Amino acid sequence: MIFDLAIQNAQMLLVLALAPLLTGFIRKVKARLLRRQGPPLLQPYRDLLRLLRKEAVLAENASWLFRVIPYLIFAATWVAASLVPTFAAGLMFNWSADLIAVIALLGSARFFLALAGMDAGTSFGGIGSSREMMIATLAEPATIMIVFTLALLAGSTQLSVVAGFMLSPAVGLRVSLGLALVALVMVAIAENARIPIDNPATHLELTMVHEAMLLEYSGRHLAVIELAASLKLLLYMSLIACVFIPWGQAQPGGGASAQMIGVAAYIAKLAAGGVLLALFETAVAKMRVFRVSDFLGAALMLGLLGTLLLFVSRSL
Amino acid sequence: MAPMIPASPAFALSCVGALLAIAVLAIPGGRLRDAAPVVYGACLATSLVALGGALICLLAGPPASNVVLPLGLPWVGAHFRIDALAAFFLAVVNLGAVAASLYGIGYGRHESEPQRVLPFFPAFLAGMNLVVLADDAFSFLLAWEFMSLASWALVMAHHREGDNARAGYVYIVMASFGTLALLLAFGLLAGPEGGYAFAAIRAHGASAPSAALVLGLVLLGAGSKAGLAPLHVWLPLAHPAAPSHVSALMSGVMTKVAVYGFIRIVFDLLGPQAWWWGLPVLAAGGGSAVLGVLYALMQNDLKRVLAYSTIENIGLIFVGLGLTIAFEANGFHAAAALALTAALFHVFNHALFKSILFFGAGAVLTATGERQMDRLGGLIHKMPLTSFLVLIACAAISALPPLNGFASEWLVFQAILLSPQLPQWGLKLLIPAVGALLALSAALAAACFVRVFGIVFLGRPRSQQARDAHEVDRWSISAMAMLAALCVIAGVLPGFMIDSIASVVDALTGARMPAQASLQWLSIVPVAESRSSYNGLLVFAFIAASASLAAYAIHRLASQAVRRAPAWDCGFPDPSPSTQYSAESFSQPIQRVFGSYVFKASERIDMPAPGDMRPARIKVELRDLAWELIYAPIAQAVSFTAERLNRLQFLTIRVYLSLVFFALVTLLLALAVWP
Repeated sequence: MIFDLAIQNAQMLLVLALAPLLTGFIRKVKARLLRRQGPPLLQPYRDLLRLLRKEAVLAENASWLFRVIPYLIFAATWVAASLVPTFAAGLMFNWSADLIAVIALLGSARFFLALAGMDAGTSFGGIGSSREMMIATLAEPATIMIVFTLALLAGSTQLSVVAGFMLSPAVGLRVSLGLALVALVMVAIAENARIPIDNPATHLELTMVHEAMLLEYSGRHLAVIELAASLKLLLYMSLIACVFIPWGQAQPGGGASAQMIGVAAYIAKLAAGGVLLALFETAVAKMRVFRVSDFLGAALMLGLLGTLLLFVSRSL
Repeated sequence: MAPMIPASPAFALSCVGALLAIAVLAIPGGRLRDAAPVVYGACLATSLVALGGALICLLAGPPASNVVLPLGLPWVGAHFRIDALAAFFLAVVNLGAVAASLYGIGYGRHESEPQRVLPFFPAFLAGMNLVVLADDAFSFLLAWEFMSLASWALVMAHHREGDNARAGYVYIVMASFGTLALLLAFGLLAGPEGGYAFAAIRAHGASAPSAALVLGLVLLGAGSKAGLAPLHVWLPLAHPAAPSHVSALMSGVMTKVAVYGFIRIVFDLLGPQAWWWGLPVLAAGGGSAVLGVLYALMQNDLKRVLAYSTIENIGLIFVGLGLTIAFEANGFHAAAALALTAALFHVFNHALFKSILFFGAGAVLTATGERQMDRLGGLIHKMPLTSFLVLIACAAISALPPLNGFASEWLVFQAILLSPQLPQWGLKLLIPAVGALLALSAALAAACFVRVFGIVFLGRPRSQQARDAHEVDRWSISAMAMLAALCVIAGVLPGFMIDSIASVVDALTGARMPAQASLQWLSIVPVAESRSSYNGLLVFAFIAASASLAAYAIHRLASQAVRRAPAWDCGFPDPSPSTQYSAESFSQPIQRVFGSYVFKASERIDMPAPGDMRPARIKVELRDLAWELIYAPIAQAVSFTAERLNRLQFLTIRVYLSLVFFALVTLLLALAVWP
C-alpha cells in the first residue's frame, strides 16, 4: 500500500520533472539537425523560472476566469499525465479514470484554454480558439476510435490492462493495431501543436494556433501553461510507449530493481521518441490550416477502420 | 380509491388537479398586478410536493395501487398508475418544473403580457405529468395532446414578434402529425377488440408485422416530439419562441416526456423486441447527434443554438435506447441494462444542464434585451453569478470530467464497447460508425459551447446594451444554482444516480448494473473493474488538489505581482470591439470542414477592385437539406393537391349527386368483394 502510493507519487513527480527536459531535448536535436548549436538542454527550466519571477501583466478586459484557467489547465493535464503508466504498470489510482477519461481530461484543458483565448477580446485570441476547436473536432473522435480499437483488443479501457495485454503473447501482429498506431501518432502531432499542423517555435504568424491563444498571458500564468503544454507532449509520448512498446515497464510486485530498470527504459523510450519527432519535424513543412482537416480526417478514418476491422473479425 | 400516501397515483393526480386549478384561477387572475409571483409560487409548491412523491416512488419501490376514473372511453375508463419508469420520469418532469417555477418568480415580472403565459404554464406542467401517469391509450393521447396544445399556446405568447407566428404554425402541424402517428400506433396495439388499457395491450401483445409498423409509427410520433432528425424542424423554431423558462421546460423536459413515450411503447407494451429494430433507432440517434450540433454551431441566435443542441442530446439518448434494443433482443441483459442506464442517466443530465442554459439565455435577454450573440460579449464582468453558473452548464454539456455529462456519455461508450459480441452483421457495421458519430458530436459540442460562452460572456461588449447589462434577480440565480449544484453532484457521485435508476432498468430489461454505492471509493463500474471504471469523486479531488497546490506553490514561491495593461494582441491592438472574433467567424473553420457536405454551404467573396472604396463583403449561404429535401416537397404536394381539389367546391348540384352515387356504388362493391 505505502509502496504503491510511493510509486504513484514518484510517477507524478517524474512526469513533472521530465516534461521540460523533453521539450529542451527535442529543441536541441532539431537545432543539431539544422547544424545549429541550439539552446542548452536545461533552457526550458530556466525559461520557466524566469517567467515565474516576473510580474503577470493582465489585459485590461481580462476577467477572473483568465487568471484561474492556467491552474485548471495545468491540473487537468497533470492528473491525466499521472494516470498514464510511465515506468511502472498497475498504478494505485489507475482505476479512477480509464483511457476515455484521460482523453476527456485533456479535452477539458483544451476547452478552458480556448475560453482563455477569447477572454481578452482580441482578434488573435479568437483565431487561436476557433482553429484549436476545429482541430479538436477531428482529433478527439480519432482518439476515441483509437481507444475503441485498443479496448476491443484488450477487453478493457483501463490503461494498465491494455499495457498488460500488449506484453502478453496473445497480442500478435494485427492490422488494427498498426492502423491505431499510425492514427495515434497523427493525433499526437496535431494535439501538441507540432509541425506540420502548427509550429511551436513561431510567433507573429497568421497561421499559428496554440500560441495565438496564449498571446495575452505573461509571467507565472504563462509559465504554468507552458509547463502544461510540455506535460501534454510527454503524456502522448508515454501513452504511445505504454501501449505500443510496453517492454521494460515494472510490473506490480516487482522490487526496487525492476523499478530502476523501468525508469531507465522509460527515459530511453522518451529519448527515442524525441529524436523521431525532431527528425520528422525537420523533414516536413507546415501545412495550410484548411489542409489540417484532411490530415486529421485521415487519422479519424484509420481509427474507424481499425475499430470496424475488429468488430468484423470477431465473428470470423 | 387508494389512501393519500405521497407515493401513490392518487396523490400524483391530486397534484395534477392542483396545477389545473391554478391554471383556471390564473385565467381571470392573470391580468392582476403581482399575479406572476403568486402563480409561479403555487406551481413551485405543487411541483415540489409532486417531486417528493415521485422520488419516494422511485427509491422505495413503486406503489401497487392504480387509479381508475370514470372518464374517457366508457368501456375503458381513465387508468393511472406509477411504475418505476413512470416514477423516474415524474421525478425528471417535476424537477424541471420546480426549477422553471422558481426561475419564473423572478423572470415572470418582465413579462409584457402575463395573461398570455400564466394560465398555460401550470396547464403545461399538468399535461406533462398526466402523460407519464396515464395507463391507457386514451388518457395517454389526451394528455399528450393537452401538453402539446398548452406548449403551443406558450410558444404563441409573443405572437407578434418576428417569426413566432410561423414557429407556432410549424409546431402545431408537426405536433398534430406526431399525435396522429401515435394514435395509429395505439390503434394497432389495441387490436380489433379495442383493449386500450395498457394492461390489456401488454396481455395480448402484437404480431411481428404490426409490431414493426408500431415501431415505425412511434419513431415518427415520439421522435418528432423529441426532435429526432429529420423530424426536428419545428423544434429550433418553437423552443426559442417561448419565454425562456418555458423554453427550458420544452427543451429540457418535454422532449424527455417524448422519450418516455418511446420507452413506454417500445420496451413495455410492444413485447419482445427484434434485433433489427435497433438499426433505425441507432441510425436516427447518431444522425441527430451530429446534425443537431452542426446546426447549433452555425446559429447566431443564442436560444436557437440551445434548441439545436437539444437535438444532439436527444440523439445520444436514442443511441442508448437503440443499443438497449440490440442487446436485449440478443439476450445480453447485462449489456442492455448498461445501455438503458446510460440513456436514462443522460435524460436526467440533459434536463439539468439544458434548463440552466435556457435560464442563462433568459437572464441575458432580461439584462440586455438581446438574443443575437454578435451583439453580446463581456457579460462575465456585469453578470458574474449567471456567467459562472452557465459556465458549469457549458462544461457539463460538453462532457468534461468530472461533471455529469461526461459520466453518462462515458457509459454510452462503454455500452458500445460491449457490442462486438452481437452476432448480426448489420449491427456490427452500424454500431462502430455510430460510436464515431457520437465522438464527433461530443467534440463538436465542446466547440459549440466554447463559442457560446466565449462570444456571449467573454471578450469585450459588442453593443451598448451589453455594456449596460446588470445581474439578474435572486430567484433566477437560485434556480440556476440549484441545478448547477445537481450537475456537479451527479457528476462527482454518478454511482448513486445509477443505483436509483436500477429499479427502472431492472423492470424493463430484467437485469441491472452492479450495485455502485457499495464499491470502494464510490467509483462506477459498468461491468467489471478489470474492464473499466471511473471515479468522478477522485478525479474531482485530484484536479482540485493539484490546481490549488500549484496555485499555492506559485503564489508562495514566485512573484505575486499583477499589473493591468492594454491588451497586447501581438502588437496590433484595436480599440473597436468589432475586431473581435464574432460568432460566425468562430464557426467558419468548422463550417468549411463539414459545411460543404452537410449544408451545401457556399461562400461568395465580393472583393472591390484596388482603388474602390466600398467595403469587401463575404456572403455565406447555408441550406437546410432536411427542409429542402423532405418538407418543401411535401408542402408543395399538399398545396398542389389542394389546388386541384379546390375545383370540387364549385360544381353543380347534378355533379355532386352523381359523385355521391358513384361513391356509394364503389363502397357497396368493395363490401361485396370483401371476404
